[in-house]
Amino acid sequence: MSEGIATKKLVTRLLLLVVVMFAFGFALVPIYDVMCKAFGINGKTSGQYQGAQQQVDEARQVKVQFMATNAADMVWEFRPVSADLVVHPGAVNEMTFIAQNPTDKPMTAQAIPSVSPSEAAAYFHKTACFCFNQQVLQPGERVEMKVRFIVDRDLPKDVYHLTLGYTLFDITARHAPVAAR
Amino acid sequence: MSAVIEPGHAGHTDHHHDHGHHGPAKGLMRWVLTTNHKDIGTMYLWFSFAMFLIGGSFAMVIRAELFQPGLQIVEPAFFNQMTTMHGLVMVFGAVMPAFVGLANWMIPLMVGAPDMALPRMNNFSFWLLPAAFGLLISTLFTAGGGPNFGWTFYAPLSTTYAPESVTFFIFAIHLMGISSIMGAINVIATILNLRAPGMTLMKMPLFVWTWLITAFLLIAVMPVLAGCVTMMLMDIHFGTSFFSAAGGGDPVLFQHVFWFFGHPEVYIMILPAFGAVSSIIPAFSRKPLFGYTSMVYATASIAFLSFIVWAHHMFVVGIPLVGELFFMYATLLIAVPTGVKVFNWVTTMWQGSLTFETPMLFAVAFVILFTIGGFSGLMLAIAPADFQYHDTYFVVAHFHYVLVPGAIFGIFASAYYWLPKWTGHMYDETLGKLHFWLSFVGMNMAFFPMHFVGLAGMPRRIPDYNLQFADFNMVSSIGAFSFGATQFLFLFIVIKCIRGGKPAPAKPWDGADGLEWTIPSPAPYHTFTTPPEVK
Ligand code: HEM
Ligand SMILES: [Cu+2]
Repeated sequence: MSEGIATKKLVTRLLLLVVVMFAFGFALVPIYDVMCKAFGINGKTSGQYQGAQQQVDEARQVKVQFMATNAADMVWEFRPVSADLVVHPGAVNEMTFIAQNPTDKPMTAQAIPSVSPSEAAAYFHKTACFCFNQQVLQPGERVEMKVRFIVDRDLPKDVYHLTLGYTLFDITARHAPVAAR
Repeated sequence: MSAVIEPGHAGHTDHHHDHGHHGPAKGLMRWVLTTNHKDIGTMYLWFSFAMFLIGGSFAMVIRAELFQPGLQIVEPAFFNQMTTMHGLVMVFGAVMPAFVGLANWMIPLMVGAPDMALPRMNNFSFWLLPAAFGLLISTLFTAGGGPNFGWTFYAPLSTTYAPESVTFFIFAIHLMGISSIMGAINVIATILNLRAPGMTLMKMPLFVWTWLITAFLLIAVMPVLAGCVTMMLMDIHFGTSFFSAAGGGDPVLFQHVFWFFGHPEVYIMILPAFGAVSSIIPAFSRKPLFGYTSMVYATASIAFLSFIVWAHHMFVVGIPLVGELFFMYATLLIAVPTGVKVFNWVTTMWQGSLTFETPMLFAVAFVILFTIGGFSGLMLAIAPADFQYHDTYFVVAHFHYVLVPGAIFGIFASAYYWLPKWTGHMYDETLGKLHFWLSFVGMNMAFFPMHFVGLAGMPRRIPDYNLQFADFNMVSSIGAFSFGATQFLFLFIVIKCIRGGKPAPAKPWDGADGLEWTIPSPAPYHTFTTPPEVK
């Protein structure tokens, strides 16, 4: 019967491997997030910036372009007040986005930022952003939303031009506007 | 661990045990309850063939729609269901079960084992498949239609925008995954624990080796696929946001998880064919396989490399430059062990006394046409070039060259090679050759023009196309129809061979080698109950 026992042992080990690989599939989620943030892959920007920049690099100019996109099925009006801004690395800048809910229902929205080129994402710091919260708008309501940001002084020298894009998602189904209050 | 087998003890508690040697039970219940590796192998093979015809009929719908530009036959929404179901049924229903069927039949015979190591689990893993595919195919008849998001089911197409039936799809994938994992565990346990005395690892036929490695690939990646569809399920029904940007997730993550499974999966579909061809070519060249050891190492390195190349499917999603370069070079590296294999097959034939019976015809076509698919793969692996080729018919041409004359011809070659052993009769050689030539011409006619329209920019998965692609598409469709029709000839040949024909000797191929040829044809219901002595 030794071979029966050997088989049992082997099967147990293989089943363990199956469980480990199943868990690995889920572990890819945090691994991916960490990799994206660490290397600025995929234009992912991190949360609120806590650091500080020593000085403003007056000699250097970077053009930051703003984009506002509605995800499919999103009906809000959503746009930046100006298409771009020329900034100095190290300086704190501010841009305003307008959102309006044209429907006759209260709605909740979430904006997701993305920076391009993606290698610049790690050098783009937001000190305040409407994307850190959800937006709840009553029927017809219109708001001005601010983002305050710093372009890092260490931004690679070959980047002259950045794009900050927001995609606005309708998350009313998931976060009922009243409950969110 | 010892590979010694006590005589009469099959490593399981079969209730027929004390009756000694006997035939199969009678009637339908024989098939439902069987734990015999030959019965289960046969069922897998028939199931796979049925799926091959069903998946093939979906392809016929696709080619009929693409016969001419414009929308003639089906609605675009149904066309999407056809491309999706064709891919899913062929990959999970036709190719993978065919190889598991061959493994069930041949691995115990090749290593001198009385049966698979876990015969009851074997029965269960087979019977999960009809359930899974019944469920999957039934979704086509639901009001919202079946899955329509491509066999790669990228989120958010398969989550936010999916038809209702996606939940059934997810459940079906889970069942298939469980079935494959159990099959793989069974193969590994059989190979590692039930080999006859003297059958050392480096004496195993290459089919056994390639299946051992395939089984490890399956165990490593099928759970990741299960995780992937589980995350989809949670996004759809339980409000998580793994793949939804609105909740902080990322659709690109889906592609990483999917292709971490997906690329090893393409090797799961080809490695067993490598193994079978490595038995068939020496048999009809009447020479031993050239470079056995290098074949084993090449297979192992292909399997290893297959884990670090997945992002070559994602060159255009916006990965950083170092990523593009890494995945490009890693992918190109796979050509090296693959080249070793092709070299060994050609060298085995070199100066051999070649004859071209049907299995050899399919095997030689395998070597030539698979290599063409490998070359188009190399073109796709060049990241900057892939920006042009991605999601065009060139990709479709590539993977059909590796899968049709690769995986499918490998299966046909194996079927003809071992049919005499399975049935006890020789198949009709003239018809077999006819089947080969019709398949060969039809398949090339269907898929070769896809290279041209793809390079010229025709996108895949779209039911209509620009007028400039019309002629090549018509040729493709005619080739596809003739390839499809030819497969009924194969069905006829197999049925004819089961019902009669010249009796097959124990070893019908004079150059063949291996334990399976030491037992009579047809193979008795129980074999190697006393393990053979391997010198
Ligand atoms: C030398 C070996 C190979 C190389 C370098 C290679 C390379 C590639 C690349 C770069 C792509 C992505 C193309 C794109 O989407 O733009 C691709 C797609 C594909 N390959 Fe290969 N490949 C090889 C062998 C194989 C084999 C052996 C198989 C299967 C038996 C296979 C099956 C596929 C499939 C199914 C796809 C398309 C997946 C999809 O998007 O639906 N390849 N290959
Ligand atoms: Cu791949």
